[in-house]
Amino acid sequence: MSLKVVVDWDLCQDHGQCAFAAPEVFEIGEDGRMHVLIEEPDESLRSKVEDAADVCPVQAIRLEG
Amino acid sequence: MAQRVLVVGAGMAGLRSAEGLRAHGYADEILVVGDESWAPYNRPPLSKEALHGDLSHDRLVFRVRANASDVTWRHGVSATSADLAARTVTLSDGETVSYDALVAATGVSARRLQVPGPPQTAAGRRHVIRTLDDAIGLRAALVPGAKVVVLGAGFIGCEVAATAVKLGCEVRCVAIDPYPMVRPLGPELAAELQRRHEEQGVVFHLGVGVAELVGDHHVTDVVLTDGTRLETDVVLEALGSHCNSGWLEGNDLDLADGVRTDTALRPWRESGMLDGVAVAGDIARFPNLRFDERPLRVEHWSIPTDTGRRAGAVLAAYLSGEGYDDVVAASWEPLPSFWSDQFDIRLQSYGMPGLADPDGIRVLEGDLHDECVVGYHRGEELVGVVGVGMLRVVNTYRDKVGHPTPTS
Repeated sequence: MSLKVVVDWDLCQDHGQCAFAAPEVFEIGEDGRMHVLIEEPDESLRSKVEDAADVCPVQAIRLEG
Repeated sequence: MAQRVLVVGAGMAGLRSAEGLRAHGYADEILVVGDESWAPYNRPPLSKEALHGDLSHDRLVFRVRANASDVTWRHGVSATSADLAARTVTLSDGETVSYDALVAATGVSARRLQVPGPPQTAAGRRHVIRTLDDAIGLRAALVPGAKVVVLGAGFIGCEVAATAVKLGCEVRCVAIDPYPMVRPLGPELAAELQRRHEEQGVVFHLGVGVAELVGDHHVTDVVLTDGTRLETDVVLEALGSHCNSGWLEGNDLDLADGVRTDTALRPWRESGMLDGVAVAGDIARFPNLRFDERPLRVEHWSIPTDTGRRAGAVLAAYLSGEGYDDVVAASWEPLPSFWSDQFDIRLQSYGMPGLADPDGIRVLEGDLHDECVVGYHRGEELVGVVGVGMLRVVNTYRDKVGHPTPTS
């Protein structure tokens, strides 16, 4: 089963900490908003995406699979 | 024989320690005990959006990594004492638990006002805000028109003041300091933030203390040391914290302010570092060579995660006996980080602004009266940055804070 990144956009406040933990998967765009670059990242990125979920101040990121 | 790790403290640091142990290959028993009735949850929203929105545990609870799904949790139980030589901890229910390795992650409690007065309870209209239960009690009291007196003008006090105004309360904020949040932020930014709070209706009484809390069953008035009398329906004591380290007494540790450790988070003793024990979260007083060798406690939101992971790595290596010396000696220099929301102001801090020289604080970008990034310097070194808004810009300073040891 592949990984899936799920963001609760009601919670996300664009803190951007995820983009430091997993820059391959998350970025803060020129508009100041957070964007998911890869919704179904490779297994090799699991640890980084878990780290990104951990450091999200509002705990808006969930990893499925 | 199967090993057991006992984690004392079921907050964020306890959770991250358990996950860290699993991430580093420890596969035997992990038992986490904590005095609250709740599974670990995120505390910052308690004084911010959750206080005027959804204060349900479901909304705040941390997701537990799959690797830690087999951890045993015992909520509603605290540690009363420890015998680190015998490797046992005695719990509030009378049981004595033995362990092969121990994580001390008992955090801090809200400091109470040391002035006689009505009971220190919600019924006495005296609140603190540290736990979800505290927040639920405070929320019920923050009804429109309520006269709220916030004692203390640190981040928590200012966040609650802002939230209470949004909820329609009349808010006064009392502190001995000359400006709100002045100790970490410095006078210029603090004065600017005071102005913004006042614009929104918060009334400050600064440079004064509390002389008396008036009332029999509950507080009716707060009398200040300058004689001012403030009628009140709700008092919030936001006066900082004290460490929950009493259960570790009698083990020759340095408990002067939290628990002093080395960079492997092992407790410091006169006779040397104590292996098999790690301290995580708010009570860890550790040296961070990104700044200097002086052990400091850091109550920033990022620290429970950083220390928990480090504790997990150190104890997993200790228990397996593989590569322990290398793990202990590895460089570990976390970048402290926290944020604060007050009205429409988003503050984002990296590093240790409180380490700055008094004359080392200056605006690096933007305008102090609008959005800006403020730099905190010790000598020539940037030891902290705080963004007022300008999130993208302040984030570019992350790597410039302190003097991290280069990794080869």
